[in-house]
Amino acid sequence: MTALATSLGPHAGFILAAYAAVAVVLTGLTLSIIRDHRAQKRALAALEQRGAGRRRQGGEAA
Amino acid sequence: MASLIDLANPTRFMRLSSALLPWLAGVSALLLVVGFYLAWFVAPPDYQQGETIRIMFVHVPAAWLAMMFYAMMAVSALGTLVWRHPLADVAQKAAAPIGACFALVCLVTGALWGKPMWGTYWVWDARLTSVLILFLVYLGIIALWRVLDDPSRAGRAVAILTLIGFVNVPIIKFSVDWWNTLHQPASVFRMGGSTIDGSMLWPLLILALGFTLFALTLHMLAMRAEIMRRRVRTLTILEAERLDRLSAQGAPA
Repeated sequence: MTALATSLGPHAGFILAAYAAVAVVLTGLTLSIIRDHRAQKRALAALEQRGAGRRRQGGEAA
Repeated sequence: MASLIDLANPTRFMRLSSALLPWLAGVSALLLVVGFYLAWFVAPPDYQQGETIRIMFVHVPAAWLAMMFYAMMAVSALGTLVWRHPLADVAQKAAAPIGACFALVCLVTGALWGKPMWGTYWVWDARLTSVLILFLVYLGIIALWRVLDDPSRAGRAVAILTLIGFVNVPIIKFSVDWWNTLHQPASVFRMGGSTIDGSMLWPLLILALGFTLFALTLHMLAMRAEIMRRRVRTLTILEAERLDRLSAQGAPA
């Protein structure tokens, strides 16, 4: 890490901070989208398992 | 237009996206690995800016994507308002947080590049200010989605706000030509060709493509989540209505 910072010259802190910001923001975004996708998938599966929306006798709408 | 709407119905989208997602994710990961390798180990330091040029490889794609996602949202807004396309407001809602994150990345990396090169993190010049406005418009759109419960009402309100905010996109693009700004003018896509040397241009273009595919992967995943959220909402309402009816009839739920 020290060698990398040295090779990046006097502005290494700015360069590494910029890449760290990219990593933090994009990792956070990716995780939140994946988590939301999983949560909706689970919720939908639970509802379908309970038979919600399934057409019932007597013509109850789906 | 009717066939386009038929082609892009939510059920078909779920099936197609399920098959496409692993490929999109894989290709974007590959491009990002190759792009970062070239950007860090092959591209030389700039003769004026030295090693800080490495910030360009994340700053520029982030700026492009912040604008591209807003343009996509504007097209979706037209789809919502004019054609009432079933996926238009889903696409728009899913795009907003992604565009906002790239606008944020653009602002933060720009500030961290500006300090060593310009001597300041921030100036209120046309380019920087218009990108800040873009970020704030993204936040406004996300907030509006959260305020309104009914997705179709929220979709129309957000579509109008999105189209109004679109005025800012050409201002961002041409601000460096129209006004005297601290930010440099366009150097990649310009009349007369790029002013960047190939050793830096290629890593930049590969990373831009990699980030674009990565963002599209996230967009597709977020759209799938939004479609499922709407199904969950509809099924929950139907289930509640059924239970209400059953309890009114005195039957056990």
